Amino acid sequence: MTGVPVSWYLILSAVLFVLGVAGFLFRRNIITLFMSIELMLNAVNLSFVTFSYEHKQVDGHLFTFFVMVVAAAEAAVGLAIILTVFKNRNTLNVDDVNSMKL
Amino acid sequence: MNYYLLTVIKASVLAAILMTTLAYLQWIERKVIAHIQARIGPSRVGPHGLLQPLADVIKLITKEDLLPPYVNKFFYLLAPFLAVTMALLSISVIPFGGEVEIGGQTTWMQMADLNIGVLFILAVSSLGVYGIALAGWASNNKYSLLGGLRSSAQLISYELPLSLAVAAPLLLANTLSLREIVQAQGGFYFGILPRWHIFQGPMPQFFSFVIFLIAGFAETNRVPFDLPEAETELVAGFHTEYSSMKFAAFFMAEYANMITVASMTTILFLGGWMPLFPVGLGSNYVASALLAFAGAICLYHGLHPARRLDRITLPVFAVLFFGLAAVLLIPAVVSIFMPVFWFCAKTGFLLFVFIWIRGTLPRFRYDQLMNFAWKFLFPAAVLNLLVTGLMVALFS
Amino acid sequence: MDVILFLAFAAIAVVCAVNVVVQTHPISSALSLVGVMGALAMLYLSLGAEFIAMAQVIVYAGAIMVLFIFVIMLLNAGAEVKRGKSLAAQLLGVPVFFGLLSLLSFAVLRLFPHAATVHLGGFTGGSARDVGHALFTRYLLPFEVTSLLILIAIIGAVVLAMKEMD
Repeated sequence: MTGVPVSWYLILSAVLFVLGVAGFLFRRNIITLFMSIELMLNAVNLSFVTFSYEHKQVDGHLFTFFVMVVAAAEAAVGLAIILTVFKNRNTLNVDDVNSMKL
Repeated sequence: MNYYLLTVIKASVLAAILMTTLAYLQWIERKVIAHIQARIGPSRVGPHGLLQPLADVIKLITKEDLLPPYVNKFFYLLAPFLAVTMALLSISVIPFGGEVEIGGQTTWMQMADLNIGVLFILAVSSLGVYGIALAGWASNNKYSLLGGLRSSAQLISYELPLSLAVAAPLLLANTLSLREIVQAQGGFYFGILPRWHIFQGPMPQFFSFVIFLIAGFAETNRVPFDLPEAETELVAGFHTEYSSMKFAAFFMAEYANMITVASMTTILFLGGWMPLFPVGLGSNYVASALLAFAGAICLYHGLHPARRLDRITLPVFAVLFFGLAAVLLIPAVVSIFMPVFWFCAKTGFLLFVFIWIRGTLPRFRYDQLMNFAWKFLFPAAVLNLLVTGLMVALFS
Repeated sequence: MDVILFLAFAAIAVVCAVNVVVQTHPISSALSLVGVMGALAMLYLSLGAEFIAMAQVIVYAGAIMVLFIFVIMLLNAGAEVKRGKSLAAQLLGVPVFFGLLSLLSFAVLRLFPHAATVHLGGFTGGSARDVGHALFTRYLLPFEVTSLLILIAIIGAVVLAMKEMD
C-alpha cells in the first residue's frame, strides 16, 4: 500500500492511552503516576495531529501546542507539590499519603 | 546520480572532515592556550606537535576501559553515547557553502536542508542535556551527581537566552531554514558593507550576537562557565568515573558542541558563507593571497634559517603554499571553494575566540553563573527581542 | 516505505510505553517516556506536523522530562517496593486491559471508516508559518491565556519550593 491508513495512528493513540491509564491505576510511586498522566496526554496529542492530517487543517496542531503548554505548567507545579509532600512525609508512595495528619 | 548515493557521499565526506577537525581542534587549543600562557605546548610528537592528536587517540583507545562495579551499567554506558550522538547530529544541518554540482546533480553543500533547521538544532541541544545528567547520576558518586545536576541546571537555564537570541535574527530573515537564512544575508550596503545580520537594518543584531555567544559558552560548558567539569572544584564533575573511549566520547561531544555553536553564530549573525567584500573588489582572491603571503614568509625565513634543517624544509613549504595559492586561482575550484573558505574563516575565528577566552578569563562560581543567567541575560534577551520586533514592525 | 517507518516508530513507542508502566525504578520509566516522546515526534513528522514535532522534542522531551529527571535525582527515589499484590488485580489486569483496548479500537474503526492514508508529504500546512499564523489570528485569546497560565505556574512553583523565611 502507498500509505498508512489513518486508523492505524488512532489505534496507536488508543494503545498508548490505555497503557497510561494502566500505569495510573496500578503504580504506587507518585512520580510514575505523573509520568502515566504525561503518557496519556501524549496519546491525545497524537490523536489531534492525526485528525488535523485527515481534515487537512492546522487547527489540530494548535490544540496540540496548547496541550503541551498546559502539560508543562502542570508538570512544574505538580513536581513542586511532590517535592513538598516528600519533604513533609518522607515517602513517595501514594498509599502512605492517606491522612491529612502528618 | 541517485539521491541516496549523493547523501551517502556527503555524509562520508562530512564525517571524515569533522573527525579530523575535532582532533586538530584539540591541538590548536593546546597550542593557543600554551602561547597565551608563555609556553610552547605540544612540540615533541611530530613537528610542532602535529601528531599529538594521533598519540592522544592511540592512548585513549588502548587505555584500560574500566567498568566500575558500583555503577548503574545501562545508564553508565548510555550516557556518553547520547552525548556524542546529539553533538554530532546537530552538524548535519549546517550549510558549509553554496551550490555545487556533483555527478550531474546540483546540490547544496549541506547534508540535510530542513525547513525547520534552527528548531532542529535547538531540539538536539536540548536532548544533549540527558547525556550529562545521566552520566552524573549513573556514576554512583556524590561529586559526579553534583557535577551532573549543576551542569544540567546550567544548560537548561542558558537555553532560554540562547533561544531568544536566536529568535531575533529570525525576525529579519523570515525563515527557519539555515540555507535561506544565509541567503538572506547576501548583497552589500553601499557596495562595500556586507548585509550580514549583525549589520543589517532595520536593527543590527549586535546585542543578539553577544547574548548568543555568551549563552553558547555556557551551553558548551566552556570557561568561564565550566565549573561543573573543572578539575579543581568537583574532581572532574560528571565524567569522573569515565575512562578511555567513554571519556573520549564526552571530549568529542564538547568539541563538536563548540563547532556547532561557532557555526550557528556564523550562520545567524556573520553571514554564513557570504564574502566580506564584493566579488568585484577581489574577494575571490583572499585565500590565494593569504597562502601566497604564508609562502613568502616561509621563503624569507628559509633564506636566513635558524636551524640547519630549516634550509630544506622551509623552502619546500614555501613551494607548497605557492602551489596551493596557484590551484586556488583556477575558476572551477574558486566557485566551489571560496564560500567554504569564508565559512571556515569566520567559524575558525569564533573558535579562536572560544580558546582565547579560555586562556584569559577565570571561571564563575555556580551561584554567580545562575544569577547571571536569570537576572541579567534572560531579561536582556527578552528586551533585545522586543526591540528587534518593534524596529522590524515599524520599518519594513 | 511509509508503512515501515510507521511500524518501526510505533513499535518503539509501544515498547517504551510498556516500559514506563512496568519498570520499578522511576529513572528507567522517565527515560522510557523520553523514548516514547521521541518516537511520537517522528510520527508527527510523517503526519506533516513539522513544527509540532520539533516543539515536542524541545518542550516535552527536552524540558519537561529533564525536570522529571531532576526531581527523581534530587529526591533519590529508589526502586518501588512491591507490596500487597491482590490476586484479583493479577487475574483481571491483562484481560481487562485487552478488553478496553479492543473496545476503543472497535469504536475507532467503526466510527471513522475512512480510506484516507497517511504518506509523507500528504499535508503541507503544518509548517511554522502556518501554525504561527493560526496562533496569532484565530487562537490569539487562548495564546494569551496560556501565557498567563505559565506565569501562574512559575509563581506557584517558586512559592511551593521556597524555603520558609523565618
